[in-house]
Amino acid sequence: MPTEIATVTPYAIEEIRSGLQAGAKRAVDVAEEFYTRIDAENPAINAYLSLGRERALQQAQAIDSLASGGGDLPVLAGVPVGIKDVLVMQGTPATAGSRILEGYLPPYDATVVRRLEAAGAVLLGKLNCDEFAMGSSNENSAYGPVRNPRALDRVPGGSSGGAAAAVAAGLAVATLGTDTGGSIRQPASFCGVVGVLPTYGRVSRYGLIAFASSLDRVGPLASTVRDAATVLGVIAGHDPLDATSSLEPVPDYLAEMGKPVAGLKIGVPAEYFADGLDAQVRAAVEDTLARLRATGAEIRPISLPHTRYAVPAYYVIATAEASANLARFDGVRYGYRAPDASTLSAMYRKSRDGGFGAEVKRRIVLGTYVLSEGYYDAYYKKAQQVRTLITQDFLNAFNEVDAIITPVAPTPAFKIGEKADDPIAMYLADIYTVTASLAGICGISVPCGVSREGLPIGAQILGKHFGEGTVFRVAAAVERSLQS
Amino acid sequence: MSQTTQLERVTPADLRRVAGLASLELSVDEEHSLLRDLNAVLDHVAQLNELDTSSAAAMAQVSEVLGNDSDPTAALRTDVVVPSLDRERVLASAPDSDGIFFKVPKVIER
Repeated sequence: MPTEIATVTPYAIEEIRSGLQAGAKRAVDVAEEFYTRIDAENPAINAYLSLGRERALQQAQAIDSLASGGGDLPVLAGVPVGIKDVLVMQGTPATAGSRILEGYLPPYDATVVRRLEAAGAVLLGKLNCDEFAMGSSNENSAYGPVRNPRALDRVPGGSSGGAAAAVAAGLAVATLGTDTGGSIRQPASFCGVVGVLPTYGRVSRYGLIAFASSLDRVGPLASTVRDAATVLGVIAGHDPLDATSSLEPVPDYLAEMGKPVAGLKIGVPAEYFADGLDAQVRAAVEDTLARLRATGAEIRPISLPHTRYAVPAYYVIATAEASANLARFDGVRYGYRAPDASTLSAMYRKSRDGGFGAEVKRRIVLGTYVLSEGYYDAYYKKAQQVRTLITQDFLNAFNEVDAIITPVAPTPAFKIGEKADDPIAMYLADIYTVTASLAGICGISVPCGVSREGLPIGAQILGKHFGEGTVFRVAAAVERSLQS
Repeated sequence: MSQTTQLERVTPADLRRVAGLASLELSVDEEHSLLRDLNAVLDHVAQLNELDTSSAAAMAQVSEVLGNDSDPTAALRTDVVVPSLDRERVLASAPDSDGIFFKVPKVIER
């Protein structure tokens, strides 16, 4: 078995659109090229769970007709995009990585799916993930783990492991993932791609199979900051079908991205560089800071004093919300129903017992416990109060700095199986990402170096609420600094 | 609750009660590993009690800290009737249906 996937030079979004516009290529051929590559490489990586060839090729043909008629092509015309399997597409299987949804064909499209197709994107298929997006390694998928294309014996990160691996392996130009506690940023870091955590409310959650509703975000992964910013520009904006969707106007992210970083104040929180941070990750992020300083950015030490309380607060809030959201999987309306139950309540129990995997049960039980009578104040309310303190840390910091830089994860990608039996060790892999999740702020994971073993290392850039423009601006500077 | 109170650890009876609330049927093996994991996670969570949160509001939604809750109806759509999901498509994914309703096993147990 090869240890890594043959690398390909990724297509850029604009390269595809302009090629189609000029008549130099056809969207159908681009889609077929990606399907051929998926057929060849996916068995080793397990990034795609299902392919939607018919719908994808219909969309590609429509784009080709538009191009041959001389029409102006939309921004994502002909761009092959993969969708994490927690987002629904009408008539295409949606499993959320769970047995309990095996065979489910959603009767509607997620808002982000509609927006991507309206912008010309060709949606290739659905991407593997940890069951109900619960995990940091993609080992919790009922359909087998995803392997990291950069090192096949290692995890791609999670829960959007398929979304990150597909971009890294050239099996999609961009993908949509979801991030509740780090599930876009950490796999992006492990696979060496760019992953965006949009501000809470920036992107509609309509059609997202909910994990923790006050934390769940949908965001893009891509090979470059420019492509990630382009996709965010398409999917962002108010949606009447999501009551938490923001009315805040969507800026021109590419224009924001192009601005220089000279004069920007960038905060470096001491709490993110303490014990437990791998020396190579630390060195890569510190080198990044030095290069940003050389381009004229002002690097400032800051403090986010409640950082170490974020993982426990997160695991209380996220599991509490999950226990409520996952109550809907009961064998009545969709998915798996246990065949041998004679009463309704037995059918609920047996269907859920047979349909959910171990990590999902663990989180449902924990979430039910912290919400149960007598424990609500001690756990759930306490965690929500700590959430306020963590958010306040960020609001205070953004009075002094324009952006914050930290590592994404304490280590590069770990080996498959390494942490599978230790939930606390797995939860602590989220230590640098859950803070922004709780606060609702935006961020990005951008490649900033490679370990001696050849494993990608990412830097996390955080911005204030609706500060995506500044985040892209700094991320683009990090990207440029690696190329020069 | 005072800041120094030790949080109780989960007993097997607690676990069975909570599993019942969550409509989960746990095997003996699952009970054993869940009990161990739950107590380990709750021990980790107990460090939240180091913090004095008496003056911190409970945050349930991000919008609460953005100060834009002055008009909570701003993001709501107007209350007009629109077509719902197509019944046939919805029922197509149901484990059991009569074409109009979802069918389930006996509800009243005796």
